[in-house]
Amino acid sequence: MHMEKYLILNTLSYPVLSVIMVVPLFGALLSLLLKNEQRLKVFGMFVTLLTLVLSLPLYSCFDLHTAKYQFAELRAWFPLLNLDYVVGVDGISGLLVLLTTLIMPFCVLCSWRYIGKRVGEFIFVILVMETAMIGVFVSLNTVLFYIFWEAMLIPMFLLIAVWGGARRDYASIKFFLYTLCGSIFLLVAIVALYIKTGTFFIPALMDHEFSFAYQMWIFLACALAFAIKIPMYPLHTWLPAAHVEAPTAGSVILASILLKMGGYGFLRFCLPMAPAATVYCMPYLIALSLISIIFGGYLALGQTDIKKLIAYSSVGHMGFVTLGIFLLNDQGLKGAILQMINHGITTGGLFIMVGMIYERTHSREIADNSALGMLMPVYVTFLGIFSLSSLAFPGTNSFVGEFLVLLGAFKQSSLVGFLAIPGAILAAAYMLRLLQRMVWHDSDGHGHHHEGEEGDKAHAHALVDLDLREIIIVVVLAGFVFWIGLYPAPLLKFMDASVAHLLEQLAAGGIHLPAGGGGHAESHALLELGSWFKQVMPF
Amino acid sequence: MQINLILPEIVLIVTVLMLFAASLLKRKGKVKAAIVMAGSGLASALTLLSLFWSGSLFCGAYQIDVLSQLSKFFLTGGLFLVSYMSRDLAGIEEEMRNEFSFFLSLSTLGLVMMSSAVELLTILVCLEISSYALYVVISFRLNPGQRQEVEAGIKYVIFGAAATGISLFGLSYVFAFCHSTYLVEISRQMPEIIGAQSLAVIGMVLLLSGFFYKLAMFPMHAWTPDIYQGASNETTAFIATLPKIGAAVLLVRLVHVTGEGGGAFTWVLVVLAVLSMTFGNLAALVQDDIKRLLAYSSIAHAGYMMVGLLSANQLGLAAVLYYIAGYVLMNLACFVVIYYLAPQGQNITFNDLKGLHQRSPILAFTLAAGAFGMAGIPPTVGFTGKFVIFTAALDRGFYGLVVIAMVNAAISAFYYLKMARAAYCQGEGIEVKPIKLAWGTKVLGAFIVLAIVVIGSLPQMLMTLADQAVAVLM
Repeated sequence: MHMEKYLILNTLSYPVLSVIMVVPLFGALLSLLLKNEQRLKVFGMFVTLLTLVLSLPLYSCFDLHTAKYQFAELRAWFPLLNLDYVVGVDGISGLLVLLTTLIMPFCVLCSWRYIGKRVGEFIFVILVMETAMIGVFVSLNTVLFYIFWEAMLIPMFLLIAVWGGARRDYASIKFFLYTLCGSIFLLVAIVALYIKTGTFFIPALMDHEFSFAYQMWIFLACALAFAIKIPMYPLHTWLPAAHVEAPTAGSVILASILLKMGGYGFLRFCLPMAPAATVYCMPYLIALSLISIIFGGYLALGQTDIKKLIAYSSVGHMGFVTLGIFLLNDQGLKGAILQMINHGITTGGLFIMVGMIYERTHSREIADNSALGMLMPVYVTFLGIFSLSSLAFPGTNSFVGEFLVLLGAFKQSSLVGFLAIPGAILAAAYMLRLLQRMVWHDSDGHGHHHEGEEGDKAHAHALVDLDLREIIIVVVLAGFVFWIGLYPAPLLKFMDASVAHLLEQLAAGGIHLPAGGGGHAESHALLELGSWFKQVMPF
Repeated sequence: MQINLILPEIVLIVTVLMLFAASLLKRKGKVKAAIVMAGSGLASALTLLSLFWSGSLFCGAYQIDVLSQLSKFFLTGGLFLVSYMSRDLAGIEEEMRNEFSFFLSLSTLGLVMMSSAVELLTILVCLEISSYALYVVISFRLNPGQRQEVEAGIKYVIFGAAATGISLFGLSYVFAFCHSTYLVEISRQMPEIIGAQSLAVIGMVLLLSGFFYKLAMFPMHAWTPDIYQGASNETTAFIATLPKIGAAVLLVRLVHVTGEGGGAFTWVLVVLAVLSMTFGNLAALVQDDIKRLLAYSSIAHAGYMMVGLLSANQLGLAAVLYYIAGYVLMNLACFVVIYYLAPQGQNITFNDLKGLHQRSPILAFTLAAGAFGMAGIPPTVGFTGKFVIFTAALDRGFYGLVVIAMVNAAISAFYYLKMARAAYCQGEGIEVKPIKLAWGTKVLGAFIVLAIVVIGSLPQMLMTLADQAVAVLM
């Protein structure tokens, strides 16, 4: 079959991608048999760790020299519509699968005490979620992708709606409906592509050349879904609500993995399938990314709720990701992908740290959690590490990512670069503000300073420092912060071939413009792209 | 005449006669439910056996093909599930239970015969057999004197009679154009006539109205909410499922005779589909009674099915068959919950659903599967059905229609989500009584959930059958 030229079939002793999808699902079903809460948590931990171990060959046996889809599996599924079960990973999705399997054990571990009710259902939901998320990244078939994409909504909805905070009702429904509406046009685009080409196979669709007008429709339909998921200004409003109300594990899944699906979608659908439209829309998307960066940072600066602050910082960080993607050059793309991984680790870590302090003080207000430096030295050390990583301090992982994106930005246009820099400064401002208030003493008058000795003692009593379980979580995540920060080469090499391939596809498609006739206006606009920047941005 | 071709019908007739005899004896106990289950079970086994048989009976008015046999399988299987679910008939008055089983089986018999009928008068007679039985049954309800059920019964009679009248009027137009009541003959002439004569469009639409009524399709939908609300839970579970199968299958036959040409006829159906789903979904948003909500949702689903019907290509018509089977399962999932939440047969509101996950995890899960399925969230049969229907419609170029349908699906997600939310996320802290379920009921719930997910994620088998069924027409 012609599909096989895009694939390198799996040669491991087990069908790795199917196995890491099935293991959590199977674990979820088995967890229904358990009653004891402690055993359920241990079991959940065991299943997520087993999945992590089983996914490791994706890294160790990965062929760095090809942009084909590796570890692929191909089976007939719904032949009536020419639908196959086809999965595989390349340098981009491989990293995201590994990020998923890495983060999930921490989601169980950080919920050890946080989840006090309905533990069995919690483990069930978390494991089903893992299956769906891995499914999104490994699907090489648009329908399979869409099924996992939508199937994720139910467990995520339940995570927020059952174990969430006070306004969980509002947040969960907003999340569900917002993302559901976003994917309406994605499904229409998927079917429209099938009717045009007769295939649902993603790599074959990438190779297909569509007219410019058709590309624009496809691009816009897909971009809406992904822009909501990532989320990009002005479609970000569901995120703060969902983040704030979700339990720690839910926030971590949202921040670390779900948001990445938006970026992944851009890289998998929009860029390769509609390259000319991508080039045409590039200035607008860059502008929206810059707005996201600055707007997100600016809003984060004004928050008093720690979780909300981090949620808005996510909007800014994901702005860097979309900026990197739509710079359409090597550094930008690599920086964006790396930044997706970084954000997963750093923001995941920050949400876990917020969860830890919430378990102790039952408040997420900065004012209620100030002056922790004396009481919880270990905690604030790691809080410092993740905060510095979040503001892209040199030596931490985010520095590499943001640096690459900025490099790409300056290569594209100095103005874009200069406009992105205030975002980085804002990140430093709001993270340092958070760190300063939480670690050192709050001296603006209404802190517990005035409550007298008694209050102080009670406050101190509740604040025991991290225990072994919590230290394990933060040490491992901090390890990744420094590893990527100091030695990012393995990850960059991992995505090298795939990014190069993506750029080739863009170059091939972007140049193929409709010649003359109806397409004249578009090609004209496209040729003027260079001068567009010069006109609007006189640098 | 090959008598073996109509074995399922004969089994059903015997069942009906036995129930009639039993109703004369006035004996108590669960014998009647057992008779219905045995009869429908045997009949559905026979339809499976005869799935690929074909033949023509009664001067060509009665046709056995894959389409008819598949439809009979859905119908008899559906009757089995409904009667198994409501085997206690808790919501029906004690003295009426014999007659209730009798009339339900009789109505099913009418629908089964309707799916084989290929001559317009035969079709209308079968339609009437199934309707008359239901006219009586709707007013059967425990604690009479609430007027609700009588109102429902009268409404169903009046609307039903009017719909049949309209249908007959349309039939006269069709007969005037084609000089025949046989579908084969009509399908030979109709595609040309309907393109040229606007009166033929009116005739066809009027003829279809009788089946729109059964399917709860706009503008013949007005009876639905009141009848769902007024009839007992058992009756509603039946009305919400089986007549819709019959109507959908017949619409597949009737729409097909007009050909794939499109034109004014298709546009009328497009408008009706849009109105049906939009009206249904918007009205369902504000309902509190779950059965009323399901009534409006059924109007919306009729609209989705119409999208497949008006595409009139093989995939679209096959998708309608797939969708109706899935819809019956998802609807039954909701009705199992309604039935077992109301031991006295009362109506269920959102308040009663609160805390369901603590009272009965299996019922809560069944409800969630049904609700998310009808909202079209994968990997359920509701998603796959919509996906195939929309693929067929886009293949015909109905982009705008599909976008409207998708927006509607997103609107509907809100009220389905409300159901799942009430069952899973609300009612913490309020006192809850656990619901004791028999093993058989738990198995039923698990079976429905499994069917919704498995048929949804592995659609090849059912879709191939549906495809073969439609291929007979093509």
